[in-house]
Parts: sequence; C-alpha cells; structure tokens
Amino acid sequence: MFKNLCQKMFGRSLWVYHANSGGCNGCDIEVLNALTPYYDLERFGIKLVGSPRHADVMLCQGPAMRSTAQALRRAYEAMPAPKLVFAIGSCACGGGVWFDSYSVIGPVEKIIPVNYYIPGCPPRPEAIIYGVAVALGLVEKKTAPVQFKELELPIPRYHLDDLRGKDELVVYEKAEKV
Amino acid sequence: MSLLSKLEETLLCLKAGRVTLPYPAEAKPLPEKFRGRPIFDAAKCIGCAGCANNCPAREILVYDVCQEIRILKYLGRRCTYCGRCADVCPEKAITMSQEFENGTGKIGDIQQRLDLFMSTCQRCGRCFKPPSLLEDLKMKGYRFDDLENERWIFRSQARLEGDDAVDDVKIELD
Repeated sequence: MFKNLCQKMFGRSLWVYHANSGGCNGCDIEVLNALTPYYDLERFGIKLVGSPRHADVMLCQGPAMRSTAQALRRAYEAMPAPKLVFAIGSCACGGGVWFDSYSVIGPVEKIIPVNYYIPGCPPRPEAIIYGVAVALGLVEKKTAPVQFKELELPIPRYHLDDLRGKDELVVYEKAEKV
Repeated sequence: MSLLSKLEETLLCLKAGRVTLPYPAEAKPLPEKFRGRPIFDAAKCIGCAGCANNCPAREILVYDVCQEIRILKYLGRRCTYCGRCADVCPEKAITMSQEFENGTGKIGDIQQRLDLFMSTCQRCGRCFKPPSLLEDLKMKGYRFDDLENERWIFRSQARLEGDDAVDDVKIELD
C-alpha cells in the first residue's frame, strides 16, 4: 500500500547527480541557480544528491577530458539501472571551444551514452528547466533541423534537337530547368 | 532570545511573499541584448564563408558538393552563441535570435543547412559568388535579348564571307 502510494507520488521525481568533468563552472552555477527558490526545480521533484549511487539522472557539464574520463565512466556505472544522462552546455554537447586541445577527448557522449542535450554557453536556468521538462514530458521540444534546399537549378538546360529556325533568329524551344 | 530571532526570520520570509517563477507555464521576458541561437537566412547568404572562418568553435562548415552548389552547415553543438558570425556577415544573413529553449533528445535537431547556388570560376572550376547584378541575372537563366521568355537566342548568324579567316593575318617568321 505504502509502496504503491510512493510509486504513484514519486514516480517522476528525479534525483540528479551533477558531474563536472573539466568544465569552467559556468554551467554548475546555472544548475544551482535552477535549484534556488526563483526557478524552484524541487516542485518537479528534482533533488540534488551527492552520490551517483542515489541518483537517477546525471547532469554532465564540461567536456570529457583525458584526466576525468575514467572517473566519469565509473560514476556512470555506479548509477542504478534506469538512468538518464543530460549533457548541459556546449562543452558537454559538442566538446566546447577547446575541442581540439590535447587534453580534451570531446563531447561526453564519447565516454557515456547521452539521452538529452541542452546547448548553450552556459544555458540559462530556464533552458535547463526546459530540457528537464522535455524529458519529463511536460512540454514539447521546440527545435527541429532546418534545411534550405534549392530544388530547381537556375541554369536552363538546352538540347540541340530543340533548335528551331525562325526567320533570322535561332530559338531554343524548350528551356528546360534542370 | 533565539526564539525571538527565529520569529523575526519567519516574519522576513513571510514579507518576501512568493518569488518562484512559474517557468515552463509562462516565460519571463528576456533581456533585450540576449543572444540565443543564430538563424541563417538562405535568401541573403552569398556563401562567402566568413562566418566559418571566424567561428571560434569551428561549428560552421562550408563545402562545395559540385561546381554550382555550396553547402553551409551549422551544427550548433558546441556553439557558444558569441555572435561573431553575425558580426562578420557582410549581408547580415545571420541574426542572433532570442531562442534558448533548445533542449532536445537528438543532437541533430539543432543543425541548420543551407544549399547555395554559386557561379563557377572558369579557371579553377570552384564556386564563387557572381560579382555583378548582371551575372546574377545570367545565373537565373536570363540572356541578352529575350528577357520575358527566358530563352537562349543567338544574336547573330553572321559568318565571314570568302576566304577562311586563318590566313587573314600573315605572320612573318624569321
């Protein structure tokens, strides 16, 4: 009875563990900002915990570095089974501006599988809340890939068979667009 | 004494009222100079690749798939929204929008891709933007005479009468 009630009430409460693997602390501060009374994340049941063994969600900040990759991997493996990983900030999503530096391996998805991406440098606390809300299913995601494709080539194509003589002019009948 | 101070604290807290923003339901207005995701305009872009050269995160890729089409790809994964691409763009084709709610489950959702038509250089065979408006019109299929019908018209059928033109000029060889 109590267990059922707990599962109903706390079914969507995420306990987050926040792992910084070599970022600049900007995203850390924004995550902590999201937990302050202003953007109160605890109303969604989200709670910051100190150990990956207690956590459901790992918030990754900073790129995967050579020195911290092992520790990140071990922290991920320490989390209990239904686990989510959020990559917060452009470092965790894509490697950051120093992506080609010798000590940076790249985005955290090279080390651990990532479920949700929140780009931004740093993302606003609203953006982090939005990403979490997308994960919880409270809101729809807004971004979609944009592609401008030119279907018609602007240069007409001519064939010699379409050459027609008109008085003094020679006119191509079909000016077929490629 | 301690009880009194705690009561005082409670009073202070009650005076502040509720400060939590109802964020995902309704958004707070953003500051005016906030820079979000850059938006690329394909109609204005001339494919000069200045943004790609100036991007500190090297997130804008420019490459030619053939002699006429140049592809500009913005991946946006490690974009820091610094606005240098919008700063350097000569045609103001890039605008820094105020979009920041970009959290997705797929990283490919953030990317933008433009296909741009370019002229072909007759010497090196690579793409370049036609320098003049006339060449721009030629790219669209307009030719010299018949602008309405967009048809190719030979302007003259004139040939040289008589002897071949080869021997017209006699070059004296030593």
